[in-house]
Amino acid sequence: MAEIKRHDNRLGLWGWLGGGRWGLERYAYILHRVTGLGILLYFLIHIFVTNLRFRGIYLWVEGSFFDKPIFKVGEYLVFVAFAYHALNGIRLVLVELGVAVGKPIEPVYPYKTSLTVQRPLLIVMMLLAAIVVAAGGYEFLGLTR
Amino acid sequence: MPGEAAREVRFHVTRYNPERDAAPYVQTFTVPVREGMTVLDGLHYIKENLDASLVWRYSCRMGVCGSCGMLLNGRPMLACNTQILHIAGTDLTVGPLPNFDIIRDLVPDLVPMFQKHLSLNPFIVREDDEELNDPAGEFYQSPQQLEEYLQFTYCIKCGLCMAGCPTLATDARFLGPMPLTSAQRYNSDTRDGGRGLRREQAGSPHGAFRCHYAGECSHVCPKGVDPAKAIQHLKRSLVLDYLHLARKRQPCEKMHGPGQGQPLANIAAPPARTV
Ligand code: SF4
Ligand code: FES
Repeated sequence: MAEIKRHDNRLGLWGWLGGGRWGLERYAYILHRVTGLGILLYFLIHIFVTNLRFRGIYLWVEGSFFDKPIFKVGEYLVFVAFAYHALNGIRLVLVELGVAVGKPIEPVYPYKTSLTVQRPLLIVMMLLAAIVVAAGGYEFLGLTR
Repeated sequence: MPGEAAREVRFHVTRYNPERDAAPYVQTFTVPVREGMTVLDGLHYIKENLDASLVWRYSCRMGVCGSCGMLLNGRPMLACNTQILHIAGTDLTVGPLPNFDIIRDLVPDLVPMFQKHLSLNPFIVREDDEELNDPAGEFYQSPQQLEEYLQFTYCIKCGLCMAGCPTLATDARFLGPMPLTSAQRYNSDTRDGGRGLRREQAGSPHGAFRCHYAGECSHVCPKGVDPAKAIQHLKRSLVLDYLHLARKRQPCEKMHGPGQGQPLANIAAPPARTV
């Protein structure tokens, strides 16, 4: 039988990002992936930069390349990403162990889903992340010194 | 309602003919819409009055067969189960389900989904072949045992969950919500003994743990199956199996002989209904 030509309709990255009008958990999912990739990128740059000390290059000391306010802000963003990724990650571990999603129920319209069952957990984790981010901001602004 | 004036809605329909078109394009049709008309009715209007070459897939017209899944105003929905005026004012975009190849116009190629489904042994697996082929009795399941998997049996294999899943958008090999839900449906059936058989595939790098609970599948499912819930329960059982903490369970016995259709004395009373 002749092979039928088809058009590839996979959404690719747009499938992550083009999620307008979707549920809260989808935004949490996108942010989790983006922050994960951001932390990974930071980690690679960090390894590279600290590795330069073998060549006697210290990019982070006073007056050198990284000693600029913009990098301070960047560092804070990495901290924010970490706080979100860690706390949302704890939610995901709990959810993936079947905690907070509820038992199977009889589907009767209008359908209730496990998303609403775990929503309080999402909210608590986001509040905790906000507290950590705020405490970190306090520290980064140098208010503790 | 009879006599009520029809409202005009512009249908922006994705067209693609593999023999002629290099890529899909959008064609606009104006459809007179009355209260109660479904998107499927609108497509029929186009086919009968405006362009007979429009192609889509449908069968039951009542949300049962799972053939008419489409992307309606950017959301995966069943065309027969969706009233035009509930989702559109003056314009409605109608596209084929994403994350599947397009065969023609609004027809997605669902074969990869069914292959993934099949790879998870979506049926009752038992060793007593003789009894299965020549049944001498019936299985007994308590209402609680039934409720463990009943919700997941309502799946009509429409593929809406696969179209909404962001993980599938970037990982074509991810098994996806429908097949994984089916695996959990059979794993939690007390008649089944195939959990070990499904474990390798369900726990593979493109299996259940690729899901990160975006929850889209449960949002779009037209039957309230809640695939996101099924997948989390599946992950839990995979973790427990890995740690050797899962309770050992033998597939339930058959009952033989007359009079055994009565509830057994040692079965607990049914729980309160969940709805
Ligand atoms: S789980 Fe729901 S959305 Fe997915 S195939 Fe089954 S019925 Fe369709
Ligand atoms: S035509 Fe059967 S589900 Fe829509």
